[in-house]
Amino acid sequence: MTDRAFSVVRAGALTTVQDLGRPGHAHLGVPRAGALDEPAHRLANRLVGNPGSAAALETTLTGCAVRVRTATTVAVTGAPCPVTVDGRPAPWGAPVHVPAGAVLDAGPATHGLRSHLAFAGGIDTEPVLGSRAADLLSGLGPDPLTEGAVLPLGAPYGPAATADAVPHPGPVTELLLPFLPGPRDAWFTAAGLHTLATGRFRVSPASNRIGLRTEGPPLERARTGELPSEGMPLGALQVPPDGLPVLFLHDHPTTGGYPVIGVVPERYLAPAAQAAPGTPVRFLRMR
Amino acid sequence: MRPLPVGEHGLLIELDSAEKVEALHAELLRRAADGALPPLREIVPAARTVLLDGLADPRGLLAELAAWDIPPLTAGDRPAVEIPVRYDGPDLLDVAALWDCTADEVVRRHCATEFHVAFCGFAPGFGYLTGLPEPLHVPRRDTPRTKVPVGSVALAGPYTGVYPRSSPGGWQLIGTTDTVLWDPRREPAALLTPGTRVRFVPQETAR
Repeated sequence: MTDRAFSVVRAGALTTVQDLGRPGHAHLGVPRAGALDEPAHRLANRLVGNPGSAAALETTLTGCAVRVRTATTVAVTGAPCPVTVDGRPAPWGAPVHVPAGAVLDAGPATHGLRSHLAFAGGIDTEPVLGSRAADLLSGLGPDPLTEGAVLPLGAPYGPAATADAVPHPGPVTELLLPFLPGPRDAWFTAAGLHTLATGRFRVSPASNRIGLRTEGPPLERARTGELPSEGMPLGALQVPPDGLPVLFLHDHPTTGGYPVIGVVPERYLAPAAQAAPGTPVRFLRMR
Repeated sequence: MRPLPVGEHGLLIELDSAEKVEALHAELLRRAADGALPPLREIVPAARTVLLDGLADPRGLLAELAAWDIPPLTAGDRPAVEIPVRYDGPDLLDVAALWDCTADEVVRRHCATEFHVAFCGFAPGFGYLTGLPEPLHVPRRDTPRTKVPVGSVALAGPYTGVYPRSSPGGWQLIGTTDTVLWDPRREPAALLTPGTRVRFVPQETAR
Protein backbone atom coordinates (compact mmCIF):
# COMPACT_ATOMS: atom_id res chain seq x y z
CA MET A 1 0.00 0.00 0.00
CA THR A 2 1.17 3.50 -0.74
CA ASP A 3 1.73 6.14 1.90
CA ARG A 4 -1.51 7.78 0.88
CA ALA A 5 -3.61 6.14 3.56
CA PHE A 6 -4.79 6.51 7.13
CA SER A 7 -5.16 4.05 9.98
CA VAL A 8 -8.07 4.04 12.41
CA VAL A 9 -7.04 4.95 15.98
CA ARG A 10 -10.57 5.26 17.43
CA ALA A 11 -13.46 3.93 15.36
CA GLY A 12 -16.24 5.56 17.42
CA ALA A 13 -19.77 4.19 17.84
CA LEU A 14 -20.33 3.75 14.09
CA THR A 15 -18.14 5.31 11.42
CA THR A 16 -18.71 4.41 7.77
CA VAL A 17 -17.28 5.34 4.38
CA GLN A 18 -19.92 7.25 2.39
CA ASP A 19 -20.23 9.05 -0.91
CA LEU A 20 -23.37 10.05 -2.82
CA GLY A 21 -24.54 6.41 -2.90
CA ARG A 22 -25.56 3.98 -5.66
CA PRO A 23 -29.00 5.05 -6.92
CA GLY A 24 -30.53 3.24 -9.89
CA HIS A 25 -30.24 -0.36 -8.64
CA ALA A 26 -33.42 -0.67 -6.55
CA HIS A 27 -34.87 -3.15 -9.06
CA LEU A 28 -32.03 -5.52 -8.06
CA GLY A 29 -32.79 -5.05 -4.35
CA VAL A 30 -29.86 -2.66 -3.83
CA PRO A 31 -30.48 0.29 -1.47
CA ARG A 32 -29.19 3.72 -2.39
CA ALA A 33 -26.88 4.22 0.65
CA GLY A 34 -24.67 7.36 0.69
CA ALA A 35 -24.06 10.23 3.13
CA LEU A 36 -27.14 10.95 5.25
CA ASP A 37 -26.28 14.65 5.65
CA GLU A 38 -25.54 15.25 1.99
CA PRO A 39 -25.00 19.05 2.23
CA ALA A 40 -22.44 18.48 5.02
CA HIS A 41 -20.74 15.75 2.97
CA ARG A 42 -20.48 17.98 -0.11
CA LEU A 43 -19.20 20.90 1.98
CA ALA A 44 -16.47 18.80 3.65
CA ASN A 45 -15.32 17.64 0.21
CA ARG A 46 -15.35 21.18 -1.18
CA LEU A 47 -13.22 22.43 1.73
CA VAL A 48 -10.43 19.97 0.84
CA GLY A 49 -10.66 20.50 -2.93
CA ASN A 50 -12.60 17.30 -3.75
CA PRO A 51 -15.65 16.92 -5.98
CA GLY A 52 -18.83 16.40 -3.91
CA SER A 53 -18.92 12.78 -5.04
CA ALA A 54 -15.64 11.81 -3.31
CA ALA A 55 -15.86 9.27 -0.48
CA ALA A 56 -15.54 10.58 3.10
CA LEU A 57 -16.27 9.34 6.63
CA GLU A 58 -19.60 9.65 8.40
CA THR A 59 -19.43 9.32 12.21
CA THR A 60 -22.22 8.70 14.70
CA LEU A 61 -22.39 10.66 17.98
CA THR A 62 -18.90 9.86 19.33
CA GLY A 63 -16.73 10.88 16.34
CA CYS A 64 -13.54 9.03 15.43
CA ALA A 65 -9.76 9.44 15.23
CA VAL A 66 -7.35 8.53 12.43
CA ARG A 67 -3.56 8.67 11.94
CA VAL A 68 -2.54 9.84 8.46
CA ARG A 69 0.55 8.31 6.85
CA THR A 70 1.30 11.34 4.72
CA ALA A 71 0.58 15.06 5.18
CA THR A 72 -3.09 15.56 4.29
CA THR A 73 -5.75 18.24 4.33
CA VAL A 74 -8.87 17.23 6.24
CA ALA A 75 -12.19 19.02 6.91
CA VAL A 76 -14.87 18.12 9.46
CA THR A 77 -18.49 19.26 8.91
CA GLY A 78 -21.98 18.08 9.89
CA ALA A 79 -22.48 17.70 13.62
CA PRO A 80 -20.18 20.25 15.33
CA CYS A 81 -17.50 18.61 17.47
CA PRO A 82 -14.10 19.42 18.99
CA VAL A 83 -11.37 18.77 16.38
CA THR A 84 -7.73 18.17 17.40
CA VAL A 85 -4.48 17.36 15.61
CA ASP A 86 -2.10 15.45 17.93
CA GLY A 87 -4.13 16.87 20.82
CA ARG A 88 -3.93 20.51 19.72
CA PRO A 89 -7.26 22.25 18.92
CA ALA A 90 -8.06 22.73 15.22
CA PRO A 91 -11.09 24.31 13.53
CA TRP A 92 -14.34 22.53 12.68
CA GLY A 93 -15.80 23.47 9.29
CA ALA A 94 -12.46 24.51 7.75
CA PRO A 95 -9.52 22.85 5.96
CA VAL A 96 -7.05 21.48 8.54
CA HIS A 97 -3.46 20.55 7.66
CA VAL A 98 -2.53 17.24 9.27
CA PRO A 99 1.22 16.42 9.17
CA ALA A 100 2.42 12.91 8.27
CA GLY A 101 2.02 10.58 11.28
CA ALA A 102 -0.26 12.93 13.20
CA VAL A 103 -3.62 11.92 14.68
CA LEU A 104 -6.72 13.84 13.65
CA ASP A 105 -9.48 13.41 16.24
CA ALA A 106 -13.09 14.45 15.63
CA GLY A 107 -14.59 14.32 19.12
CA PRO A 108 -18.13 13.60 20.29
CA ALA A 109 -20.83 15.74 18.66
CA THR A 110 -21.66 18.76 20.81
CA HIS A 111 -25.04 18.73 19.12
CA GLY A 112 -26.44 16.79 16.20
CA LEU A 113 -25.42 13.21 15.52
CA ARG A 114 -23.23 12.71 12.47
CA SER A 115 -19.96 14.45 11.53
CA HIS A 116 -18.51 14.17 8.03
CA LEU A 117 -14.71 13.96 7.55
CA ALA A 118 -13.30 14.56 4.08
CA PHE A 119 -9.65 13.94 3.13
CA ALA A 120 -7.94 15.62 0.15
CA GLY A 121 -8.11 13.04 -2.65
CA GLY A 122 -11.02 11.17 -1.06
CA ILE A 123 -11.09 7.65 0.37
CA ASP A 124 -10.01 5.28 -2.38
CA THR A 125 -11.58 1.94 -1.46
CA GLU A 126 -12.86 -0.39 -4.19
CA PRO A 127 -16.17 0.86 -5.64
CA VAL A 128 -19.15 -1.54 -5.77
CA LEU A 129 -21.65 -0.74 -8.55
CA GLY A 130 -20.00 2.63 -9.00
CA SER A 131 -20.05 3.71 -5.34
CA ARG A 132 -17.81 3.41 -2.28
CA ALA A 133 -20.71 3.88 0.14
CA ALA A 134 -21.16 1.40 2.99
CA ASP A 135 -24.70 0.01 2.85
CA LEU A 136 -25.53 -1.42 6.26
CA LEU A 137 -28.76 -3.13 5.20
CA SER A 138 -27.30 -5.35 2.51
CA GLY A 139 -23.63 -5.25 3.48
CA LEU A 140 -22.27 -3.70 0.26
CA GLY A 141 -19.25 -1.41 0.34
CA PRO A 142 -16.56 -1.13 3.03
CA ASP A 143 -17.25 -2.49 6.51
CA PRO A 144 -17.80 0.06 9.28
CA LEU A 145 -14.45 1.27 10.63
CA THR A 146 -12.63 -0.84 13.22
CA GLU A 147 -9.55 0.11 15.20
CA GLY A 148 -6.34 -0.64 13.30
CA ALA A 149 -8.04 -0.76 9.88
CA VAL A 150 -6.12 1.02 7.10
CA LEU A 151 -7.96 2.89 4.33
CA PRO A 152 -6.32 4.19 1.14
CA LEU A 153 -6.58 7.80 -0.01
CA GLY A 154 -6.63 9.04 -3.61
CA ALA A 155 -4.32 11.66 -5.09
CA PRO A 156 -5.42 15.21 -4.18
CA TYR A 157 -7.57 16.83 -6.85
CA GLY A 158 -6.17 20.32 -6.51
CA PRO A 159 -5.91 23.21 -4.11
CA ALA A 160 -8.43 23.26 -1.29
CA ALA A 161 -11.29 25.72 -1.58
CA THR A 162 -10.97 28.74 0.60
CA ALA A 163 -13.97 29.72 2.65
CA ASP A 164 -14.32 32.38 5.29
CA ALA A 165 -17.75 31.22 6.41
CA VAL A 166 -19.53 27.87 6.26
CA PRO A 167 -23.22 27.21 6.75
CA HIS A 168 -23.77 26.12 10.34
CA PRO A 169 -26.94 24.09 10.75
CA GLY A 170 -27.35 24.97 14.45
CA PRO A 171 -28.71 22.57 17.03
CA VAL A 172 -31.70 20.51 15.93
CA THR A 173 -34.07 21.21 18.82
CA GLU A 174 -37.14 20.06 16.88
CA LEU A 175 -37.17 18.03 13.67
CA LEU A 176 -39.75 19.35 11.19
CA LEU A 177 -40.64 16.90 8.44
CA PRO A 178 -42.91 18.23 5.66
CA PHE A 179 -44.64 15.35 3.83
CA LEU A 180 -46.84 14.74 0.82
CA PRO A 181 -49.62 12.20 1.50
CA GLY A 182 -49.61 8.94 -0.46
CA PRO A 183 -49.31 6.43 -1.95
CA ARG A 184 -51.21 4.54 0.79
CA ASP A 185 -52.77 7.32 2.88
CA ALA A 186 -56.17 5.74 2.08
CA TRP A 187 -55.19 2.88 4.43
CA PHE A 188 -55.56 5.32 7.35
CA THR A 189 -58.62 7.01 8.86
CA ALA A 190 -59.05 10.79 8.75
CA ALA A 191 -58.22 10.69 12.46
CA GLY A 192 -55.03 8.76 11.69
CA LEU A 193 -53.91 11.38 9.15
CA HIS A 194 -54.81 14.12 11.61
CA THR A 195 -52.69 12.43 14.29
CA LEU A 196 -49.72 12.38 11.91
CA ALA A 197 -50.10 16.06 11.03
CA THR A 198 -50.69 17.30 14.59
CA GLY A 199 -49.23 14.72 17.00
CA ARG A 200 -46.07 15.21 19.04
CA PHE A 201 -43.55 12.53 18.15
CA ARG A 202 -39.91 12.06 19.12
CA VAL A 203 -36.93 10.24 17.63
CA SER A 204 -36.67 6.67 18.94
CA PRO A 205 -33.30 5.30 20.09
CA ALA A 206 -33.93 2.37 17.70
CA SER A 207 -33.19 4.69 14.73
CA ASN A 208 -30.31 3.99 12.36
CA ARG A 209 -29.18 4.59 8.77
CA ILE A 210 -32.06 2.43 7.52
CA GLY A 211 -34.84 4.35 9.21
CA LEU A 212 -35.60 7.08 11.70
CA ARG A 213 -38.11 5.43 14.03
CA THR A 214 -40.51 7.54 16.02
CA GLU A 215 -42.33 7.27 19.35
CA GLY A 216 -45.69 8.99 19.82
CA PRO A 217 -49.41 8.53 19.28
CA PRO A 218 -50.16 5.54 17.00
CA LEU A 219 -51.91 6.30 13.70
CA GLU A 220 -55.35 4.75 13.26
CA ARG A 221 -55.75 2.45 10.26
CA ALA A 222 -58.85 2.33 8.05
CA ARG A 223 -57.83 -1.02 6.59
CA THR A 224 -56.27 -4.04 8.20
CA GLY A 225 -54.56 -6.89 6.43
CA GLU A 226 -51.41 -7.10 4.41
CA LEU A 227 -50.18 -5.06 1.51
CA PRO A 228 -48.16 -6.93 -1.13
CA SER A 229 -44.49 -5.84 -1.40
CA GLU A 230 -44.06 -2.57 -3.27
CA GLY A 231 -41.23 -0.20 -4.15
CA MET A 232 -40.39 2.48 -1.61
CA PRO A 233 -38.64 5.80 -2.25
CA LEU A 234 -36.16 7.57 0.01
CA GLY A 235 -38.15 9.60 2.56
CA ALA A 236 -41.08 7.15 2.67
CA LEU A 237 -43.08 7.23 5.93
CA GLN A 238 -43.92 3.57 6.42
CA VAL A 239 -46.34 2.64 9.18
CA PRO A 240 -45.99 -0.87 10.64
CA PRO A 241 -48.85 -2.45 12.64
CA ASP A 242 -47.80 -0.62 15.85
CA GLY A 243 -48.98 2.60 14.15
CA LEU A 244 -45.70 4.51 14.61
CA PRO A 245 -44.21 6.04 11.44
CA VAL A 246 -40.70 5.06 10.31
CA LEU A 247 -38.94 7.58 8.05
CA PHE A 248 -36.86 5.61 5.56
CA LEU A 249 -33.30 6.92 5.16
CA HIS A 250 -30.55 6.03 2.67
CA ASP A 251 -30.02 2.35 3.62
CA HIS A 252 -33.77 1.58 3.43
CA PRO A 253 -35.00 -1.61 1.76
CA THR A 254 -36.18 -1.22 -1.83
CA THR A 255 -39.57 -2.87 -1.28
CA GLY A 256 -41.77 -3.20 1.79
CA GLY A 257 -45.08 -4.68 2.85
CA TYR A 258 -46.53 -2.00 5.15
CA PRO A 259 -48.45 1.04 3.93
CA VAL A 260 -46.55 4.26 3.16
CA ILE A 261 -48.75 7.10 4.43
CA GLY A 262 -46.63 9.90 2.96
CA VAL A 263 -43.25 10.86 1.55
CA VAL A 264 -40.84 13.48 2.93
CA PRO A 265 -39.10 15.21 -0.03
CA GLU A 266 -35.35 14.59 -0.15
CA ARG A 267 -34.43 18.22 0.48
CA TYR A 268 -35.85 17.96 4.01
CA LEU A 269 -33.94 14.81 4.97
CA ALA A 270 -30.52 16.20 5.98
CA PRO A 271 -31.84 17.48 9.35
CA ALA A 272 -33.16 13.96 10.04
CA ALA A 273 -29.53 12.77 9.87
CA GLN A 274 -28.70 15.08 12.76
CA ALA A 275 -31.70 14.38 15.03
CA ALA A 276 -30.54 12.52 18.16
CA PRO A 277 -32.82 10.07 20.01
CA GLY A 278 -35.41 11.99 22.04
CA THR A 279 -35.51 14.97 19.63
CA PRO A 280 -39.14 16.13 19.19
CA VAL A 281 -40.53 15.47 15.69
CA ARG A 282 -43.41 17.18 13.93
CA PHE A 283 -44.80 16.10 10.56
CA LEU A 284 -46.20 18.94 8.44
CA ARG A 285 -48.71 18.09 5.74
CA MET A 286 -47.70 19.92 2.54
CA ARG A 287 -51.12 19.76 0.86
CA MET B 1 -54.03 0.76 -14.15
CA ARG B 2 -54.23 2.95 -11.03
CA PRO B 3 -51.46 5.53 -10.53
CA LEU B 4 -50.78 6.81 -7.01
CA PRO B 5 -48.62 9.82 -6.10
CA VAL B 6 -45.30 9.14 -4.32
CA GLY B 7 -43.74 12.36 -3.04
CA GLU B 8 -42.74 15.07 -5.49
CA HIS B 9 -40.96 12.92 -8.05
CA GLY B 10 -42.58 9.50 -7.95
CA LEU B 11 -45.51 7.47 -9.26
CA LEU B 12 -46.66 4.09 -8.00
CA ILE B 13 -48.67 2.33 -10.67
CA GLU B 14 -50.97 -0.34 -9.31
CA LEU B 15 -52.19 -3.13 -11.58
CA ASP B 16 -54.69 -5.99 -11.29
CA SER B 17 -52.28 -8.88 -11.65
CA ALA B 18 -48.63 -9.88 -11.51
CA GLU B 19 -48.77 -10.51 -15.28
CA LYS B 20 -49.87 -6.93 -15.95
CA VAL B 21 -47.07 -5.66 -13.68
CA GLU B 22 -44.55 -7.60 -15.73
CA ALA B 23 -46.00 -6.43 -19.04
CA LEU B 24 -45.89 -2.78 -17.92
CA HIS B 25 -42.35 -3.23 -16.57
CA ALA B 26 -41.21 -4.76 -19.88
CA GLU B 27 -42.84 -1.88 -21.77
CA LEU B 28 -41.14 0.69 -19.51
CA LEU B 29 -37.74 -0.95 -20.13
CA ARG B 30 -38.39 -1.01 -23.89
CA ARG B 31 -39.27 2.67 -23.89
CA ALA B 32 -36.32 3.54 -21.66
CA ALA B 33 -33.97 1.70 -24.05
CA ASP B 34 -35.47 3.61 -26.99
CA GLY B 35 -34.96 6.92 -25.18
CA ALA B 36 -38.74 7.39 -25.19
CA LEU B 37 -39.08 7.80 -21.41
CA PRO B 38 -38.28 11.00 -19.52
CA PRO B 39 -35.11 10.70 -17.39
CA LEU B 40 -35.75 8.87 -14.11
CA ARG B 41 -33.71 7.25 -11.35
CA GLU B 42 -35.48 3.99 -10.56
CA ILE B 43 -38.04 1.61 -12.06
CA VAL B 44 -38.99 -0.87 -9.33
CA PRO B 45 -41.43 -3.66 -10.19
CA ALA B 46 -43.05 -5.46 -7.24
CA ALA B 47 -45.97 -7.82 -6.60
CA ARG B 48 -48.82 -5.59 -7.88
CA THR B 49 -47.09 -2.27 -8.57
CA VAL B 50 -44.31 -0.54 -10.47
CA LEU B 51 -42.61 2.41 -8.76
CA LEU B 52 -41.18 5.13 -10.98
CA ASP B 53 -38.91 7.42 -8.97
CA GLY B 54 -36.83 10.47 -9.76
CA LEU B 55 -39.14 11.94 -12.42
CA ALA B 56 -38.97 15.69 -13.01
CA ASP B 57 -42.66 15.79 -13.95
CA PRO B 58 -44.64 12.76 -12.71
CA ARG B 59 -47.94 14.36 -13.76
CA GLY B 60 -46.77 14.71 -17.35
CA LEU B 61 -45.90 11.01 -17.58
CA LEU B 62 -49.18 10.13 -15.88
CA ALA B 63 -51.13 11.80 -18.68
CA GLU B 64 -49.08 9.89 -21.28
CA LEU B 65 -49.35 6.50 -19.58
CA ALA B 66 -53.12 6.33 -19.99
CA ALA B 67 -52.70 6.34 -23.78
CA TRP B 68 -50.07 3.58 -23.91
CA ASP B 69 -50.79 0.33 -25.65
CA ILE B 70 -49.06 -2.31 -23.52
CA PRO B 71 -48.56 -5.62 -25.32
CA PRO B 72 -48.99 -8.76 -23.20
CA LEU B 73 -45.78 -10.43 -22.11
CA THR B 74 -44.19 -12.94 -24.47
CA ALA B 75 -41.78 -15.64 -23.36
CA GLY B 76 -38.82 -13.80 -24.91
CA ASP B 77 -35.90 -15.27 -26.83
CA ARG B 78 -33.42 -15.41 -24.00
CA PRO B 79 -32.83 -18.97 -22.74
CA ALA B 80 -33.83 -19.78 -19.17
CA VAL B 81 -31.14 -19.60 -16.49
CA GLU B 82 -30.59 -23.12 -15.11
CA ILE B 83 -29.93 -23.48 -11.39
CA PRO B 84 -28.70 -26.90 -10.21
CA VAL B 85 -30.19 -27.79 -6.82
CA ARG B 86 -29.51 -30.45 -4.20
CA TYR B 87 -33.00 -31.07 -2.77
CA ASP B 88 -31.75 -31.52 0.79
CA GLY B 89 -33.58 -28.67 2.59
CA PRO B 90 -34.80 -29.19 6.18
CA ASP B 91 -38.39 -28.32 5.18
CA LEU B 92 -38.67 -30.65 2.17
CA LEU B 93 -40.88 -33.16 4.04
CA ASP B 94 -43.08 -30.37 5.43
CA VAL B 95 -43.62 -29.09 1.89
CA ALA B 96 -44.37 -32.66 0.75
CA ALA B 97 -47.03 -32.83 3.49
CA LEU B 98 -48.50 -29.46 2.42
CA TRP B 99 -48.56 -30.60 -1.21
CA ASP B 100 -49.87 -34.02 -0.16
CA CYS B 101 -47.20 -35.90 -2.07
CA THR B 102 -43.78 -37.54 -1.63
CA ALA B 103 -40.48 -35.67 -1.37
CA ASP B 104 -39.49 -37.03 -4.80
CA GLU B 105 -42.72 -35.63 -6.22
CA VAL B 106 -41.90 -32.19 -4.72
CA VAL B 107 -38.58 -32.28 -6.57
CA ARG B 108 -40.27 -33.38 -9.79
CA ARG B 109 -42.92 -30.64 -9.63
CA HIS B 110 -40.41 -27.92 -8.69
CA CYS B 111 -38.11 -28.87 -11.57
CA ALA B 112 -40.99 -29.17 -14.05
CA THR B 113 -42.08 -25.58 -13.37
CA GLU B 114 -40.87 -22.76 -15.56
CA PHE B 115 -40.29 -19.84 -13.22
CA HIS B 116 -39.52 -16.26 -13.97
CA VAL B 117 -38.35 -13.34 -11.87
CA ALA B 118 -41.37 -11.19 -11.02
CA PHE B 119 -39.33 -8.69 -9.02
CA CYS B 120 -36.29 -8.35 -6.75
CA GLY B 121 -35.77 -7.01 -3.25
CA PHE B 122 -35.09 -8.22 0.31
CA ALA B 123 -31.36 -8.49 -0.48
CA PRO B 124 -29.21 -7.68 -3.52
CA GLY B 125 -29.64 -10.52 -5.99
CA PHE B 126 -32.77 -12.00 -4.38
CA GLY B 127 -35.46 -12.59 -6.99
CA TYR B 128 -39.11 -13.38 -6.31
CA LEU B 129 -39.80 -16.22 -8.77
CA THR B 130 -43.37 -16.93 -9.84
CA GLY B 131 -44.68 -19.91 -11.75
CA LEU B 132 -45.97 -22.41 -9.17
CA PRO B 133 -49.72 -22.92 -9.56
CA GLU B 134 -51.87 -21.70 -6.69
CA PRO B 135 -52.54 -25.12 -5.06
CA LEU B 136 -48.78 -25.37 -4.48
CA HIS B 137 -48.45 -22.05 -2.65
CA VAL B 138 -47.22 -22.66 0.92
CA PRO B 139 -47.29 -20.50 4.08
CA ARG B 140 -44.16 -19.08 5.68
CA ARG B 141 -42.86 -20.95 8.74
CA ASP B 142 -44.46 -19.96 12.05
CA THR B 143 -41.07 -19.12 13.51
CA PRO B 144 -38.52 -17.58 11.14
CA ARG B 145 -35.00 -19.00 11.25
CA THR B 146 -32.39 -16.59 12.58
CA LYS B 147 -29.94 -17.86 9.98
CA VAL B 148 -30.76 -19.28 6.57
CA PRO B 149 -27.61 -20.58 4.81
CA VAL B 150 -26.42 -18.95 1.59
CA GLY B 151 -27.72 -20.75 -1.52
CA SER B 152 -30.90 -22.05 0.18
CA VAL B 153 -33.74 -22.65 -2.29
CA ALA B 154 -37.00 -21.78 -0.58
CA LEU B 155 -40.76 -21.41 -1.00
CA ALA B 156 -43.27 -18.94 0.48
CA GLY B 157 -46.71 -17.93 -0.76
CA PRO B 158 -46.69 -17.75 -4.57
CA TYR B 159 -42.90 -17.40 -4.66
CA THR B 160 -39.72 -19.43 -4.93
CA GLY B 161 -36.42 -17.73 -4.04
CA VAL B 162 -32.74 -18.43 -3.56
CA TYR B 163 -30.94 -16.72 -0.66
CA PRO B 164 -27.94 -14.85 -2.17
CA ARG B 165 -26.33 -14.60 1.26
CA SER B 166 -26.91 -15.93 4.75
CA SER B 167 -29.70 -14.01 6.49
CA PRO B 168 -32.71 -14.48 8.77
CA GLY B 169 -35.77 -15.82 6.97
CA GLY B 170 -39.11 -17.56 7.35
CA TRP B 171 -39.40 -19.33 3.99
CA GLN B 172 -39.64 -23.15 3.64
CA LEU B 173 -36.20 -24.48 2.70
CA ILE B 174 -36.29 -27.31 0.15
CA GLY B 175 -32.77 -27.36 -1.24
CA THR B 176 -29.35 -25.82 -1.76
CA THR B 177 -27.45 -24.50 -4.77
CA ASP B 178 -23.83 -23.51 -5.36
CA THR B 179 -24.86 -21.05 -8.09
CA VAL B 180 -23.66 -17.52 -7.28
CA LEU B 181 -26.71 -15.25 -7.30
CA TRP B 182 -24.88 -12.00 -6.61
CA ASP B 183 -21.32 -10.96 -7.46
CA PRO B 184 -20.65 -7.21 -7.65
CA ARG B 185 -17.52 -7.94 -9.74
CA ARG B 186 -19.65 -9.64 -12.38
CA GLU B 187 -21.61 -7.81 -15.09
CA PRO B 188 -24.49 -7.95 -14.39
CA ALA B 189 -23.96 -8.40 -10.64
CA ALA B 190 -27.34 -10.07 -10.18
CA LEU B 191 -27.92 -13.40 -11.97
CA LEU B 192 -31.68 -12.94 -11.59
CA THR B 193 -33.13 -9.67 -12.88
CA PRO B 194 -36.84 -8.93 -13.33
CA GLY B 195 -38.21 -10.92 -16.27
CA THR B 196 -35.46 -13.60 -16.32
CA ARG B 197 -36.76 -17.13 -16.90
CA VAL B 198 -35.45 -19.77 -14.49
CA ARG B 199 -35.41 -23.57 -14.34
CA PHE B 200 -34.23 -25.67 -11.41
CA VAL B 201 -32.30 -28.82 -12.26
CA PRO B 202 -31.95 -31.65 -9.72
CA GLN B 203 -28.42 -32.51 -8.68
CA GLU B 204 -27.44 -35.80 -7.08
CA THR B 205 -27.14 -35.50 -3.30
CA ALA B 206 -23.95 -37.01 -1.89
CA ARG B 207 -25.06 -39.38 0.82
